[in-house]
Amino acid sequence: MLAQQLVNGVLLGAGYALFALGFTLMFGVLRVINLTYGFYFSAGAFVALFLTRDFGFSIWTALPLAAMAAGAMAVVLDWLLLARLRRRGAPELASLMVTLGGVLALYAASTAILGPDIRRLPPGLIAGAPFELFGLRVTMAQLLILLASLVLVGALVWLLHGTRLGLAIRAMAEKPDAAGLMGIDTGRIAALVSFVSGCLAGAGGVLIGLNFNAIHPYMGETMMLRGFVVVIVGGLGDIRGALIAGLALGVVEVLTAGYVDSGLKEAVAFAILVAVLWTRPSGLFGRPEMRRA
Amino acid sequence: MMRRCFVAFAAVLAFAAGSAWAQDAVPVGAIEILSGPNAAYGTAIRAGLDLALDEINATGVLGGRKIALTVEDSAGNKDQAINAARKLIGRDRVIAIIGPTLSNEMFAVGPVTNERKVPIVGTSTTARGITDIGPYVFRTSLPESDVIPVTLKKAMSRGVKTIALLYANDDAFSKSGFDVMKAAAEKAGLNIVAIESFGSKDTDFSAQLTKIKALRPDAVGISALVEPTSGVLLQAHQLGFGRETLFIGGNGANSPKLGEIAGAAADGLIVGSPWFIGKPDPANQTFVADFRKKYNKDPDQFAAQSYDALRIVAAAIDRAGAADPGKLRDALTQTKFSGVMGPFAFTAGRDPASTEGVVVLEMQGGKFAIAP
Repeated sequence: MLAQQLVNGVLLGAGYALFALGFTLMFGVLRVINLTYGFYFSAGAFVALFLTRDFGFSIWTALPLAAMAAGAMAVVLDWLLLARLRRRGAPELASLMVTLGGVLALYAASTAILGPDIRRLPPGLIAGAPFELFGLRVTMAQLLILLASLVLVGALVWLLHGTRLGLAIRAMAEKPDAAGLMGIDTGRIAALVSFVSGCLAGAGGVLIGLNFNAIHPYMGETMMLRGFVVVIVGGLGDIRGALIAGLALGVVEVLTAGYVDSGLKEAVAFAILVAVLWTRPSGLFGRPEMRRA
Repeated sequence: MMRRCFVAFAAVLAFAAGSAWAQDAVPVGAIEILSGPNAAYGTAIRAGLDLALDEINATGVLGGRKIALTVEDSAGNKDQAINAARKLIGRDRVIAIIGPTLSNEMFAVGPVTNERKVPIVGTSTTARGITDIGPYVFRTSLPESDVIPVTLKKAMSRGVKTIALLYANDDAFSKSGFDVMKAAAEKAGLNIVAIESFGSKDTDFSAQLTKIKALRPDAVGISALVEPTSGVLLQAHQLGFGRETLFIGGNGANSPKLGEIAGAAADGLIVGSPWFIGKPDPANQTFVADFRKKYNKDPDQFAAQSYDALRIVAAAIDRAGAADPGKLRDALTQTKFSGVMGPFAFTAGRDPASTEGVVVLEMQGGKFAIAP
């Protein structure tokens, strides 16, 4: 049973990590805790739902399309809500509150239009039957989530540290004004980072919606709490930290529920958040006074 | 002078008309939610009442007198429900009230009608303590604590001896359903091997289910709203629970949405219900056919309950021998009725006495059918 519980925990944690990647990237570069992030997660899942259910797309075409649609929404919303504040050098609290208001309005509007019902992607989109490896049961959707989070972490680290564009992004994360003076088009970088983050959120929404069969307008909001724990414990803006913290959170939750008491799993998860911030205010893998992306 | 004469004349006329009306029709009231977010319940209840009224008034009560039914809207609001009760008793002089729709409305309205000594009959109020309000408060709806034991009995007849319980610990409905399920399982002598909980917004239940699976219980009882119940079933399917484990749903699972969300993963789940559209007995089949003919749609549980309730009241009016609230109350306590919900009588506490009408349903191919 322990082995199956560890597998459950890793698979759950991979979902948290996948959700948190774009969130932490957005923070690391744009320096804003962007609460609209959860909405892109819901939006991606709904776009995939409409594409597969009403237009008969396969999951392999619906997934990238839904991710890009969520990315486009992120660009538009960043431009609408935050670009203006960024230009005027508004304090971080103002940006945070703008995204809070924005995301609540978006959730309420989408619930009014789409209804609060829980929906699921059409059954049979991917091989639904779980398969057994060494007596451990996993499903195709769970493996996809694990694979996607590992591949995307690799891809993001390569983008940031192995390309010229990544250098520009990191420069902007370090000091936006100086980056602008060096000829970096910071507006374009902001849009690009929003797009990539939105795509990550949208893809996460599709895969997690596929795994748990529960698509509803507020699905991003419920993930957001876990997302916070992961990015803060992992260190805000730290891609690898998010992966490690996501996996750790999943395993801790599952082990608490499996061996201690299922009613305590959230208490333990959030107590860890508090304990980490007590001992390491910049997160488990963060170093103080250091900006990173 | 002329004017005073006219007023007096009008008063005499009104009195005469009033007493003539009282001679013909027996006034009965109903308070239901006909507007607002819960209007679906009250509308279904009124449809059941109207259908019953057609049948009753075809022959009449007390030797040919018709029942005049006045339905008031409570909009789900306690104050509006109380006002409706005062109006029905004070102005319409009803001898009985059917409703209100929700238990918390009954807790507001029941004391008013009880004090005025007018019998009130809840058709959809399942909370604990309803009939403790007073001797004039009745209900025909079975509380969950009467339904769950029937479901467990069915499970035990299939050889279930051990059970694990799983419930959402953050909403009152699921928690009280769990309390009922636990008490019923203990009383039935089932061995409870595990009690696990989750949040009603959770989507991952793998840890709890893996733990339960390792304990190999014969059955798993779930008390939660339909959405998390569906999620549990889907994940149980993924984790390799097969038909050797019987899944038992609480009241929340008694919804067609279970099949829509969980699909084949819900197959085999059993749940108890006070009524089922597919009950084969002739009384029920006639009711369903008449309802479809009148309204062009299928009746639900609330319509079936109210349909029976008005007929129970009409039969009691006949036995009382007069359109009198006090005599009606005494006659109601002597009810022996057989309706679409099954055989019916009141306990000394004015709750339904029999659970014979409870049907255990089983999910088959995404739809409910009577459990074999």
